[in-house]
Amino acid sequence: MNKQSKINSTISNDVPCPFCGILCDDLVIENKNNSLKVLENGCAKAISSFEIEPSEVSAKLKGKNVSLDEAISSACKILKKSHTPLIAGLGTDVSGMRSVMELADKSGAILDHMHGNGLIRNTLVLQDLGWMMTTMSEIKNRSELVIFAGTDACNYPRFYERVIWNENAMFKKKNDDREIVYIGDNLNSKSGINPNGKRPTVLNCKTEQIGEIISSLHALVSGAVLDVKEVAGIKIKTLQTLAEKMKSTKYGVIVWAPGELNVPHADLIIQNFCETVKYLTRFTRFAGFALGGNDGGMTANSVCAWQSGYPLRVNFNKGYPDYDAHRYSTQNVLKNKEVDSLLWINSFNSDINSPRASIPTIVMGKPETKLNFKPDVFIPVSTPGIDHSGQIIRTDSVVSLPLKKIRQSPYSSVHSVIKQVIERM
Amino acid sequence: MYTKLTNGKVYDPVHGINGEYRDIYIRDGYITRKPSSNVKIDQTYDMQGKIIMAGAIDLHTHIGGGKVNIARMMLPEDHKADLVNKTELTRSGCGYAAPSTLTAGYRYAEMGYTACFEPAMLPANARQAHMEMADTPMVDKGAYAMIGSDDFFLRMLASKKDQAAISDYVGWIINATQALGIKVVNPGGISAFKFNQRQLDLDEQNQHYGISPREILVALMRAVTELGIPHPLHVHGCNLGVPGNVETTLETIRAAEGMRMHITHIQFHSYGTEGDKQFSSGAAEIAEAVNKNPNISIDVGQILFGQTVTASGDSMRQYAGHWHAHPKKWVVMDIECDAGCGVVPFKYRDKNFVNALQWAIGLELFLLVDDPWRIFLTTDHPNGAPFTSYPHLIRLLMDKSFRNDMLSTINKEAAAASTLSSIDREYSLYEIAIMTRAAPARSLGLKNRGHLGSGAVADITVYTDKKNKEKMFSKPDYVFKNGELIVRNGKIVKVVQGATHTLRPEFDMGIEKSLNLYFDKYQTMSLGNFKIDDDEIIEHGNGKIIVQPCM
Repeated sequence: MNKQSKINSTISNDVPCPFCGILCDDLVIENKNNSLKVLENGCAKAISSFEIEPSEVSAKLKGKNVSLDEAISSACKILKKSHTPLIAGLGTDVSGMRSVMELADKSGAILDHMHGNGLIRNTLVLQDLGWMMTTMSEIKNRSELVIFAGTDACNYPRFYERVIWNENAMFKKKNDDREIVYIGDNLNSKSGINPNGKRPTVLNCKTEQIGEIISSLHALVSGAVLDVKEVAGIKIKTLQTLAEKMKSTKYGVIVWAPGELNVPHADLIIQNFCETVKYLTRFTRFAGFALGGNDGGMTANSVCAWQSGYPLRVNFNKGYPDYDAHRYSTQNVLKNKEVDSLLWINSFNSDINSPRASIPTIVMGKPETKLNFKPDVFIPVSTPGIDHSGQIIRTDSVVSLPLKKIRQSPYSSVHSVIKQVIERM
Repeated sequence: MYTKLTNGKVYDPVHGINGEYRDIYIRDGYITRKPSSNVKIDQTYDMQGKIIMAGAIDLHTHIGGGKVNIARMMLPEDHKADLVNKTELTRSGCGYAAPSTLTAGYRYAEMGYTACFEPAMLPANARQAHMEMADTPMVDKGAYAMIGSDDFFLRMLASKKDQAAISDYVGWIINATQALGIKVVNPGGISAFKFNQRQLDLDEQNQHYGISPREILVALMRAVTELGIPHPLHVHGCNLGVPGNVETTLETIRAAEGMRMHITHIQFHSYGTEGDKQFSSGAAEIAEAVNKNPNISIDVGQILFGQTVTASGDSMRQYAGHWHAHPKKWVVMDIECDAGCGVVPFKYRDKNFVNALQWAIGLELFLLVDDPWRIFLTTDHPNGAPFTSYPHLIRLLMDKSFRNDMLSTINKEAAAASTLSSIDREYSLYEIAIMTRAAPARSLGLKNRGHLGSGAVADITVYTDKKNKEKMFSKPDYVFKNGELIVRNGKIVKVVQGATHTLRPEFDMGIEKSLNLYFDKYQTMSLGNFKIDDDEIIEHGNGKIIVQPCM
């Protein structure tokens, strides 16, 4: 046989990208000798995530190379001995999360996602007064006025291309007549400039003040007279103009990103958005849209909800699911020593890593994961949507995408590793 | 390997067996004829004093999909009083109105149900609906794809595409979403709500498309017929919950023009406007129309008193109903140019005139419709009540004195406004076996389920006959799934995974050309990724796909 390796190249179309919550699924990716290149429709995040070459690493016990089998046995021992494990990170796909749920039930664990702080801000609003929401295709085809509140959506690089300045919209004649508004702290409003150069409306304020502005808009659309000259530094006339637009639009959307509202009681700001939307719906159509769900966040939250009844964060230690969005945060249970072992899972990236805790720690991460400590067990895992097929849920928690296997990988999936742990327990 | 159930009293309406003592033989998961006398029987169950029926089938229960999961997430208070511990065999979870998938599967099996069908699978959300159903153990499942307010379909109707093309689209949807039937909810109304219309009667037009619900119903009924889909078009009609909607429902029955139509949770569509409160029972008129039109089947959507949550694709009517939310929180969504949903928690109160009359209307419908083959026992779980209240509902139907006792406790004016006290009918076990087994299986085209004849899948439920039918139906002695004993004395003894039932109607794949264009221009996922592979359902190891034949 010819020793020179033959160039083996395959091109995959319509590849779904699991690396942010809006799940673009039109990527074209070439696999040449098991190296990937994004040929079309990749944002910077997708390109760096798909094109990273997996390092060759072995499973490790306290930094020492061991076989996968030994690592799984050690993980098993830790979890068996543990009274209350914390299973956190939860960067995985649907089947990974299904096995996490089984393991949590079996081991009496507490569950939280790496983006739990953002996730629960929305959950608290849903559980308090509810909301009216919309999804990406509706925004794309229907929206006339889009208000970005506390986010510029820049963490979701193709959001504008796909649903704001999209070429085709079913219920609009032109794609450039969408009104864009930003409310927040020095948001990047460049993407909000329409194809003809029309600039968006920008209401600059501190993140803490967004709620105040939205409440004032709520008051104005309900006909109240505000006896002030300005609110949070914004002239009342500017707010009145915006309120009129909100009332007269046929389909308006308020977009927020719960994970980016890093201020105390951000859920109350989100509730302001939602209650304003509800009020506007008395006479026109308006809806909310939340950007989030990165790194399997929406998947973890949804699977947890259908299998346990509760969204994250849940504790299985009493033999039944016990839900507490605040108490069972990774930060709290580590600080309060409510857990005596940690299993950290992130199969999507090596940027968000396990906290260093003074309890036995198992890390299931990408092979290139660099930690500032040596966990008791490290198990390299494959990446959903690159190394194995799977399913993942989009930020709107309605659409889910099938993930493809587009590369051979020597590593096991989170699902397969956890299944082995469960079998040995 | 043969299993024999002996000395039991068998109710098998498909074979006209009405409480006769028969032996039942099971081999390799199927019911089989009596083997020759030299064949060894491996296991015999003495069913003396027991009632044997096929496993029960619920053809309308919201067990999986986005809106159910919203209900779960929204209502921690629903679960807190009904937590379920893990056991050696079963996983932990919780109820009550919006139970976890695992708990729902266990509870259905423990009640003697062996198959459950999700009636409102949004195509855009079908993948998740299947994931949730896959995580619902014990029972077989399947789902009806919900169309009729999706823009692709409405554009077809508006541009006067011929019926063949519409049928191709419907066939494509069934295949792509792995559905077992087609449902329509507030035909065209979910779309109309997105254009800020707040009501839509049968002959009113969706203002954007200029299409009426009647046109949508006719097009979809024809498609269902042409594709040979066994289950008739599953219709959640216009004006749900609106006083006076009895007229709309009667007109909807006429709109069927003799074609087969299943009208679901008809109780919510049987309201008149008589009396001081301008809210009255239309049950008698509806029952008369159902009795006269053999092409019509219905399920009731009985309400029972207490806290529950309403989860529906009908965003228009759920928005209108949100003022009555209890507790005061609710969700309405516009979804993917495809559909919508609304989730509104609700408490039915027995001393409230409207709620009490709703209760009576449902029972009147059950008792006034003559043919149990065309009326199915549902509470539209969880919309009228959680499915766990079925045994109570069966007692209300089978026990007149119990029913009248209950009637005497509800709102007095409502009791007086209802004809319920004057109805003597009591359902027999045979009729219960029809409406909870034989009839739903027949309606769905499940030929080897819902009966106990040779060749049937051995999904079998065994009860002890008790005077108190609620007790009897709450706790079967034995439940067999595919011939395996899975429940003993109302408790799970073996965890199994049910199959997913689907159809593969034939249609012209040429429809994908226009669908591809549409997806590329307007959707936010590609056509290829929209379709659900068999592997996605099977791979997880949670069961298999059974493709039911088309007619």
